[in-house]
Amino acid sequence: MALLQVNEVEKSFETVNGKVKALEKIQLDVEKGEFITVIGPSGCGKSTLLKIVAGLDMAHEGSVLLDNRKVTGPSIEKGFIFQEPRLFPWLTAEKNIAANLPVKNKETKESVKQLIELVRLKGFENAYPKELSGGMAQRVAIARALLRNPKVLLLDEPFGALDAFTRSHMQEVLLDIWQNNRTTMLFVTHDIDEAIYLATRVVIMNPRPGTIREVIPVDLPYPRKKTDASFQEIRQRVLSEFEKVEEHQAAAI
Amino acid sequence: MSNQTGVLTRSGVEHPPSVKETTGKRNRKKLPLFNWMRGLALPVLVVLIWEAAGAYGLISATLLPRPSEILVAFKDLIVSGELYAHFKISLFRAILGFLLGGGLGLLAGLAVGFSSKTELTLDPTLQMIRTIPSLAVIPLFILWFGFGELSKILLISKAAFFPLYVNAFLGIRGVDSKLFDVAKVLEFSKWKQITTLILPAALPNILLGLRLSLGAAWLALVAAELMGSSEGIGYLIMDARQFSQTSIVFVGIIIFAVFGKASDSLVRYFEKRLLKWRDSFIG
Repeated sequence: MALLQVNEVEKSFETVNGKVKALEKIQLDVEKGEFITVIGPSGCGKSTLLKIVAGLDMAHEGSVLLDNRKVTGPSIEKGFIFQEPRLFPWLTAEKNIAANLPVKNKETKESVKQLIELVRLKGFENAYPKELSGGMAQRVAIARALLRNPKVLLLDEPFGALDAFTRSHMQEVLLDIWQNNRTTMLFVTHDIDEAIYLATRVVIMNPRPGTIREVIPVDLPYPRKKTDASFQEIRQRVLSEFEKVEEHQAAAI
Repeated sequence: MSNQTGVLTRSGVEHPPSVKETTGKRNRKKLPLFNWMRGLALPVLVVLIWEAAGAYGLISATLLPRPSEILVAFKDLIVSGELYAHFKISLFRAILGFLLGGGLGLLAGLAVGFSSKTELTLDPTLQMIRTIPSLAVIPLFILWFGFGELSKILLISKAAFFPLYVNAFLGIRGVDSKLFDVAKVLEFSKWKQITTLILPAALPNILLGLRLSLGAAWLALVAAELMGSSEGIGYLIMDARQFSQTSIVFVGIIIFAVFGKASDSLVRYFEKRLLKWRDSFIG
């Protein structure tokens, strides 16, 4: 059985012009240890899908199963990384990672220390969020989610606001974490290179209504090189799917 | 400070620190004496001109005694022990009234902030009472509680209640709803949600309320003591006025000013320490 099962998920919004379907018949199985990236044009419902998996949005049809149990609300089993770091500004980096867990606890303290090393933030334990750059703050947020040993880590365009250098550094960090902890990842992005660089499978979505158009496996060894011919080959495939998405979109209008 | 600089430099290696972080703050911290003198310059200048004008007979000694005369009156009052006795009772009233009113205001503000049901039940009534001027209820308080301590302390409490009430309420309702999503995802207990999220987020407002409450308590103290009493700094002022001892009136006013400022500075000190995480414009 797959770790995460998304079954026939549908979602519609009420607007002034009546019901608008945001997601239609989404079917997706994610195996343990996989790195799935979801990519699609804005408004294709990829973030909505992620919120549904997280249990942050319960007003939908269909079901989401994690470890064969129905998702009924948010929990630490499903770590969530928002577009912005969303740290508590009054807590230091270390305390932000611990958040509601006692830092004084020896076990917690040790895990926090290890995570700080994993996300490459050594030396910044006692810095307040205002003293951290965007990329560092987002790494604190990732460590905060990882401390709870989530079964799956859900990331909603987490590097969208970062510059190109920081972004590729963050991708390295994330791959490090994935290879170290074997945490299952579900990563939403609108960046094609990022999607292929990270994923074991790339899910391409169609907009209006949001449906899964194609799932492309990426069988390239890590660390990957964006300039490699094999990488470019897959990139071409994704791009041609994207062109079809655009045609589909134009036809819909 | 050294620790903070260390963090900034290290972050500078990885990502250049923003301009804001490297300038502004340091200037303020490096030259506390200079900043202090900057605040002192205007009052000192005024006092000098005042003294000179009095010495040359340009202003009437009964209406505006010279600073040196006020100083002498001040010394006399201290030596006779009178000042201390009046001050003690005034401080007692202010503190008791502030603790009672401010404490209740904070509790009510938190209660109303946390629950919309409490808000609907309590807030309309409290807002109604808030708009009644303290001076208007003085006659009523005297009728009910007499000229004794009770009416004075209650008057101060009423004044101290509302700034804390309104600001605690605002602070809680102003918590970023995005952080509540984080609390949900991290499975915060209700208790943790209050202690780790809501209260720290509302703290800037609560401290502001505290400052305003202290100021209001101080104002109400004067009103309470002027309305009729036989001791306290307010009484000292009223009594001196009747005998045209203007320099004593000044002594009373200066005491109010100094202690008003001192209590305000105390809260600001805590503000600085407790809110050092805040990232805002410092001018």
